Amino acid sequence: MNERVARLRQASFEAEPSISTERAVWITRFYRENIGKWSVPVMRAKAFEYLYENQALYLGEGELIVGERGPRPKAVSTYPELTCHSEENLRILGSRKMTRYRTTEEDVRVYREEVIPFWRGRTMRERLFAGLSDAWKAAYEAGLFTEFMEQRAPGHTTFDGKFYQKGLLGFKDDIATALAALDFLHDPEAASKREELSAMAIACDAVMAFARRHAELAERLAAAEADPQRSAELRQIAATCRRVPAEPPRDFREALQMYWFMHLGTITELNGWDAMNPGHLDRYFYPFYRRDLDSGALTREQAKELLECFWIKFNNHPAPPKVGVTAEESGTYNDFTNINLGGLLSDGGDGVNELSYLMLEVIDEIHLLQPQANLQLSRKNPDRFLKAACEVIRKGYGYPSVFNADGVVEQMVRCGKRLEDAREGGTSGCVETGAFGKEAYVLTGYLNTPKILELALNDGRDPRTGRQLGPRTGDPRGFGSLDEVFAAFERQLRHVVDLKVAGNLFIEKMYATEMPAVFLSVLIDDCIKNGKDYNAGGARYNTSYIQCVGIGTITDSLSALRTHVFELGALTMGQVLDALRADFAGSEPLRLALWNKTPRYGNDDDAADGLMKRVFDALFAAIDGRPNLRGGRYHVDMLPTTCHIYFGAVLGATPDGRKAGAPVSEGISPVQGADRQGPTAVVKSAAKMDQLRTGGTLLNMKFLPGTLRGQEGIDKMASLVRGYFRLDGHHIQFNVVDAATLREAQRRPQEYRDLIVRVAGYSDYFCDLGRELQEEIISRTAQSDF
Amino acid sequence: MAMTGTIFDVRRFSLHDGPGIRTTVFLKGCPLVCVWCHNPESQPARPLLLRRPELCVGCGRCAAQCPQGALQAGAGGSFTREEARCTACGACVGVCPSEALTRVGREVEAAALVEEVVRDRAFFDESGGGVTFSGGEPLGQPEFLLELLARCRHEGLHTAVDTSGYARPSTMRQVAALADLVLYDLKLLDPEAHRRYTGVPNEAILENLRALVADGRPVEIRLPVIPGITDTDENVSAAAAFVASLPERPRVRLLGHHRAAMSKYARLGMAQRLGEVADPSPARLEALAARLRAAGVEAFV
Repeated sequence: MNERVARLRQASFEAEPSISTERAVWITRFYRENIGKWSVPVMRAKAFEYLYENQALYLGEGELIVGERGPRPKAVSTYPELTCHSEENLRILGSRKMTRYRTTEEDVRVYREEVIPFWRGRTMRERLFAGLSDAWKAAYEAGLFTEFMEQRAPGHTTFDGKFYQKGLLGFKDDIATALAALDFLHDPEAASKREELSAMAIACDAVMAFARRHAELAERLAAAEADPQRSAELRQIAATCRRVPAEPPRDFREALQMYWFMHLGTITELNGWDAMNPGHLDRYFYPFYRRDLDSGALTREQAKELLECFWIKFNNHPAPPKVGVTAEESGTYNDFTNINLGGLLSDGGDGVNELSYLMLEVIDEIHLLQPQANLQLSRKNPDRFLKAACEVIRKGYGYPSVFNADGVVEQMVRCGKRLEDAREGGTSGCVETGAFGKEAYVLTGYLNTPKILELALNDGRDPRTGRQLGPRTGDPRGFGSLDEVFAAFERQLRHVVDLKVAGNLFIEKMYATEMPAVFLSVLIDDCIKNGKDYNAGGARYNTSYIQCVGIGTITDSLSALRTHVFELGALTMGQVLDALRADFAGSEPLRLALWNKTPRYGNDDDAADGLMKRVFDALFAAIDGRPNLRGGRYHVDMLPTTCHIYFGAVLGATPDGRKAGAPVSEGISPVQGADRQGPTAVVKSAAKMDQLRTGGTLLNMKFLPGTLRGQEGIDKMASLVRGYFRLDGHHIQFNVVDAATLREAQRRPQEYRDLIVRVAGYSDYFCDLGRELQEEIISRTAQSDF
Repeated sequence: MAMTGTIFDVRRFSLHDGPGIRTTVFLKGCPLVCVWCHNPESQPARPLLLRRPELCVGCGRCAAQCPQGALQAGAGGSFTREEARCTACGACVGVCPSEALTRVGREVEAAALVEEVVRDRAFFDESGGGVTFSGGEPLGQPEFLLELLARCRHEGLHTAVDTSGYARPSTMRQVAALADLVLYDLKLLDPEAHRRYTGVPNEAILENLRALVADGRPVEIRLPVIPGITDTDENVSAAAAFVASLPERPRVRLLGHHRAAMSKYARLGMAQRLGEVADPSPARLEALAARLRAAGVEAFV
């Protein structure tokens, strides 16, 4: 990287995350003065426009791509209309040890005097909790599931390439056409469509105004700039911001800046989950890159510099901090923006191009926390592409992760999506499958599957609190076969999923009517055509995911009961249950026998893996195909983010020999340390799950650096990936770091501040992780060669 | 009648025993007793008991289960074993909850073993890998090995045999005819030194190697680098000269000593005769490879 990039990178790395109350203040003022004047979507759009006309701008020294959500890098906006931080919350954010956000007394004062008084009782979060049933709340508090939308809006989507061909003025034309076509005589929804479409047009104006203000700022700075070279750069920035996003980009630089304004618009409008995902950037940017290189307007090095400046912008946006208990569920600055490389073109062709390789170089050089990147690897993509990525993976940043592009297409086609839309799609966030630019694919919450088994082993009661949370499924001491245990589990599962889905329907309704995402709706097909918001089912496809956690733990638990109680007869159900209640106190040999002498998932052992399939089939039957509020359906995802820590913390001892409070297994990885037959056996076990029936699974592998030495190491890593995908695996990611290094980082965190490790579907700074999670990562079996 | 043999391990994703991703099957029993042996558990043909006292929780189940009365539970969670009585039957291993006791070695049918190794076919196919039969000395169970090789050939699996070369010429020829690659150890060229450090003479080993190469069999020579023993100037020069004298020159891979493997001796209750020998550095291995190359031998680390 050149000197400019190095400086910008260092500045972004060192910038301290802080709270910016600016957005909260402008939005609050606008609502206070205008409440009740317009329909909800128009109110949202006008508030957004007001914010974009007034908020402070930032244009950093040496920047080539411009624009920030907050007044400076890593100054994070808050969203009081969704969740309003209390004074105490703000002080905790500013003082807590992990993932801290600097907060000033002035911020607290502003919140106390302006923000809190207006929003108290009006926030989405308060209204949601007021409307959810007691049974839902009891299950939620017990840790049977989490809820994504309790303080962040539904996001979970990805852009396609359309706005590079069509500026916002083009979208405004489409909106005008849709407005003109409204049929007020026959369509009872025409009036609400008019409100939504009008709001979309206002949102476009807002973003264009924001860009114009940047152009004006750059011109002012250029006039005052003493250095002629920087002055020329600033004039070029101004010209770029005068062009995009109103008009479509004409060159590489404009294309990057175009994207960045779209990104900022969506993450400022609402605090949607997974920030915003850019999609197949190598593909979208390629025509501009090719043209500029051919015309001599740009060299490869200049293109790389622009890309690197662009890359760094993502790192300036830590996740908006949450309030309350969920801070522990996912304590990270990462906001899960994930860039796709490679994959398939909509006509089925190979999607890899020169930019895919250039971007891999950028990832290698920049390797900041954000953005993450992944390969969409099709059998049509060349091995050279995969091996170039393996070279980066081997460095140990934990990314890029690798996805099976052909399998992702099959998943989407199974769910009824058009083939060309599926090919244009991919994965985003952690591992979630979606049709880019055309789908709202919303994660709704994690499901604690081992906790559901715990209910089945306690006649529907939560042993931690004694509360009856599920149906009475019988005294577990009387269970005479694994089938009886499983039948009880299935009944508890059905009950918990019913609760979750009922809660989701209410929450989705609230977002549909009260919290439209009008700017995002402009950019996702077919919201304009349908005159309907992204949050209300306006998109072409509308999926809700429930993410199941702990398949390794529940499989091994069932396997242990089958082996020791029902096959060997060495233990009775009563003995096992008593030992679990006592957290194995005084019965360590029994615990070890359960842990060591049980066929376990992750060893390519059909006995254990068969149980995994049985659990997966039960989850699938309970979730897949249920209708959601937005006209779409529910599907199963198998990913944990960091929730396996939280779910373990609320779970008692389990029959696989796991002690109370310890993390459950993550993703579809085996229980930490249970896999003893090497990585191919893990991959074989995981592939026995019919992953094509999911919307994403997550498999984490830890390798010691020595294992992947030399060209041979790269070749074999590539073969392992290809082998997994041949078996329809969805995703695989690698941590390439040894336990000794991680222990050293625990001892001397200051020296390891930039050590990035794979957590689950994303990477994070090791030293920013909680101790529990650090320990869990160290305990994952390190695969070595033999 | 089903053909059976004794193995002590099946390792998947083995990366250094031939091309691609491989599954390595370790056959038990070895006529050599190399002082640096990294797999001492492979030497005796019969199964062994491996102890890891640090894992023992002192439950005493092993002693109660032992049909020979060879195990005595002691105070404070310790247990002792009377070596003479123990038949390594494995009864104690079955009841040990903590894996403080494991059994090294199991008898297995050739057909079942091939079913086991074929499980990684997807990765063999992707990587150009396959199965490697190692040991111990795999040629020490010749009928079993030939049966395995024939079955693998029927399955279309690439096979490699990792041998010390200490075998009857007729056996070596039969095996080489069925294997796709022979990984052949070349340890010490001086007959006296070979006898001293491995327990057997080397004339037949060198003859077998010459014959294999003359027959045009694909061979990779492997030179273990044991500091002070095999990495002497004399030995490296002699090895280079020997390889250079062969009708075809197989490539030579240098395998560095791994001190970590020496900890196995204590767990097995075996004497470790090598003493403290440091691992050769990557630079040292590279320098040795360069010397072989200078002598006209293709060498790599």
